[in-house]
Amino acid sequence: MRIPILRLGRILLTSVQTDLTDDDAGQLQAEVLQLFHRDVADGLVLDISGLDVVDSYMARLLNETARMVRMMGGEVVLTGMHPMVALTLVEMGQEIIGIQTAIDLEAGVARLREVIHARDKRTTQGRTTP
Amino acid sequence: MHHAAQRHEPKTSTVSDRVDAIVTIKEQTDILHARSAGREVARQLGFGTVDQTRLATAISEMARNALNYGKGGTCTIVTEKGQDGRLTIRVLVEDHGPGIADVALALKPGFSSGGGLGQGLPAVRRLMDHLEIDSQPGRTTVVATMSRRP
Ligand SMILES: Nc1ncnc2c1ncn2[C@@H]1O[C@H](COP(=O)(O)OP(=O)(O)OP(=O)(O)O)[C@@H](O)[C@H]1O
Ligand SMILES: [Mg+2]
Repeated sequence: MRIPILRLGRILLTSVQTDLTDDDAGQLQAEVLQLFHRDVADGLVLDISGLDVVDSYMARLLNETARMVRMMGGEVVLTGMHPMVALTLVEMGQEIIGIQTAIDLEAGVARLREVIHARDKRTTQGRTTP
Repeated sequence: MHHAAQRHEPKTSTVSDRVDAIVTIKEQTDILHARSAGREVARQLGFGTVDQTRLATAISEMARNALNYGKGGTCTIVTEKGQDGRLTIRVLVEDHGPGIADVALALKPGFSSGGGLGQGLPAVRRLMDHLEIDSQPGRTTVVATMSRRP
């Protein structure tokens, strides 16, 4: 099964609506990383409101994806995580550390714009003006 | 959290046993089938959504191990009603793979022989009330239970 990735300017939007197998999730990760590698985006909003289970495999994959995107200069915001899923992850000791979260897609896009803006400001300040 | 992982529920107090689901695990989609079957059983017994999610997540870990390390297996979900009214969901995942060489080690957070994070079995232990592993070459059974009062 393929999960569509939408482009909104230089922001990628993807919404997982059904349960994913490990391979489906791995494929989504590869496609996302490919897009950042081609430098078509500054950030990704990943909506997981369709996931009623996030197990250790999926948690690791989400963490890893966010880390790799950041290494390629992008940002990730995770949205729509069910409260039950969040609670279970905390109980498992698998907190999704280091991923920005927001309540829904709309809030996620706003959050992502802020994060990207803040980062751009930092990098501009860091540079020496010619 | 249910750290009372080693508590024993005496089988003698059981008044009824029922097999609610048997899912054969031979490909990745079977992991999804097994965990949604578990959630459905819990829902029908009146377990809350937190317990449904804990159970489905634990089944996901158990079934994935059977697939990845045991070349597939079977997930059986049994419900038991105790004399005192306690409801227990028992998940039994069995495979006929090489077995777990050192069960105590496999239960340690961070131990993985397959490039994982080694979080699967520790997660099952935390999410469920009881976990028991019996493993030898050719037959591994992982049994986890969750009990609630209605
Ligand atoms: N059914 C099984 N047959 C053989 N070995 C197993 C089985 N289940 C678990 N193991 C062994 O126990 C180890 C720990 O399992 P656990 O599920 O905790 O972590 P993992 O599967 O390695 O990684 P993770 O679940 O975090 O992705 C495995 O790496 C494997 O060596
Ligand atoms: Mg595992």
